Amino acid sequence: MSAGALSEPRATKALLIGAALLYIALMLLLPLAAVLVEAFANGFHAWIAAITQPDARASIRLTLIVAAIAVPANTVFGIAAAWAIAKFDFRGKTTLVALIELPFSVSPVVSGLVFVLLFGAQGWFGAWLEAHDVRIIFALPGLVLATLFVTLPFVARQLVPLMSAQGRADEEAALTLGASGWQTFWHVTLPNIRFALLYGVLLCNARAMGEFGAVSVVSGHIRGGTNTMPLEVEALYNDYDFVGAFAVASILAFLALVTLALKGALEWRHRDQLAAAGRH
Amino acid sequence: MPSNGGTEINSQPRAATDMSIRVENVSKSFSAFAALDDVSLAVRDGEFVALLGPSGSGKTTLLRILAGLEAPERGRVRFGERDVTGDNAASRGIGFVFQHYALFGHMDVARNIAFGLEVMNRGKPSKADIAKRVAELLDLVQLPGFGNRYPSQLSGGQRQRVALARALAREPRILLLDEPFGALDAKVRRELRVALRTIHDELGLTSIFVTHDQEEAFALADRVAVLNLGQIEQFASPTEMQAQPASEFVASFLS
Repeated sequence: MSAGALSEPRATKALLIGAALLYIALMLLLPLAAVLVEAFANGFHAWIAAITQPDARASIRLTLIVAAIAVPANTVFGIAAAWAIAKFDFRGKTTLVALIELPFSVSPVVSGLVFVLLFGAQGWFGAWLEAHDVRIIFALPGLVLATLFVTLPFVARQLVPLMSAQGRADEEAALTLGASGWQTFWHVTLPNIRFALLYGVLLCNARAMGEFGAVSVVSGHIRGGTNTMPLEVEALYNDYDFVGAFAVASILAFLALVTLALKGALEWRHRDQLAAAGRH
Repeated sequence: MPSNGGTEINSQPRAATDMSIRVENVSKSFSAFAALDDVSLAVRDGEFVALLGPSGSGKTTLLRILAGLEAPERGRVRFGERDVTGDNAASRGIGFVFQHYALFGHMDVARNIAFGLEVMNRGKPSKADIAKRVAELLDLVQLPGFGNRYPSQLSGGQRQRVALARALAREPRILLLDEPFGALDAKVRRELRVALRTIHDELGLTSIFVTHDQEEAFALADRVAVLNLGQIEQFASPTEMQAQPASEFVASFLS
């Protein structure tokens, strides 16, 4: 086969690249720009005022609390699940792998409804919870549960393929050198997965802070109480407070950009490390 | 540590009757497949033994049971008078060399070699002593000055030398090697073979290595155990085995 047969004509190449760039500009950059333009429509001071009003501040605080619980929990779970799947053989392994992916295929609204069905006033445990004065739905625990459910796969699915590919030899080497299980995990396993782990945590965090559907169902939409940032954006928008809505939205968008930048930087370094590790 | 007799290759096993490693009636199966079926083996102190057999013969499983990386379903493993059957890999005091080196890619050569010393809870040497020991070991495996390199910057043969130095850092009496030359080309293989045998003799180790290469087993080992379908067909010196193969399988495997 000649080299010419493999290379596209110059015009085709330019057209394809141009179309891709145009599509990205229309679908991603334009909306992002619109958010920023609307957020700063009345100037910087209006933006500051919008994001420092009590309800907005409460929603930012709530989002940070929910993420601060959900992300570490799913990070620990993700490492444990990936470790089990990659390093051990056990019955039901394929089922576990499939189940971890479940939240991706379930509509977020259904994910939220599940918890209403379980813990809501009419739910399975509703009466018991009410009798013991425990509030889950329309309260922080419900928001955390819904976020945990939705963000469960992110860390695990980053780690499972990597840890499976790495195999057990490094851990076995550490054990034969006299290392304890904990030393092996800390000095060998964790450094081997650190970039994939960080990447997974970033994606998990982005979703935890940005989730709308699942938390919307369990939140109860109490302004200054159970509204996370995405819910607050909707509430402000419905009140025709466009600057307020877009100001809060701009913080979420900013967060997304930071995540994207970190992810890009990590992928860059991750690739270097993988190449340097020279694994086969 | 008992002093070692000759340093020449294929020196006759010493007359000492001290059984340094004993495997007694060990069985192990994976699912329905019997990897090891009632295997017994006694290796003398200071001996260099090859476990030879085709893939699936159980030779690697036997080595991993000796290392504590697999647990036998039945039978016992003894090092000297000590029953180590229930001991985990970390507490057996062995050195283990893997086919694909298993060096820690995020650590340089010096830190790889020092790993076994760094993780010690009791009697951990000082920083200076660790550095000294690392330098000694690098000399031993003929890689002086390689401490600051990373495994990815080394050739296959160099990596395996580092892996050997790492395995020897805590001065194990027993060295176990799983197809240590399997991933290397013929020339490097021969060099490393000589180096390994020399180190074995100098340090007075008891070594067991797994191979599927008959020529390698005979060139290197004092005695060779031929495995087939989870059983030891014959355990004898190369000369003995060539003169009197114990079974048709051994005879066909040697030809």
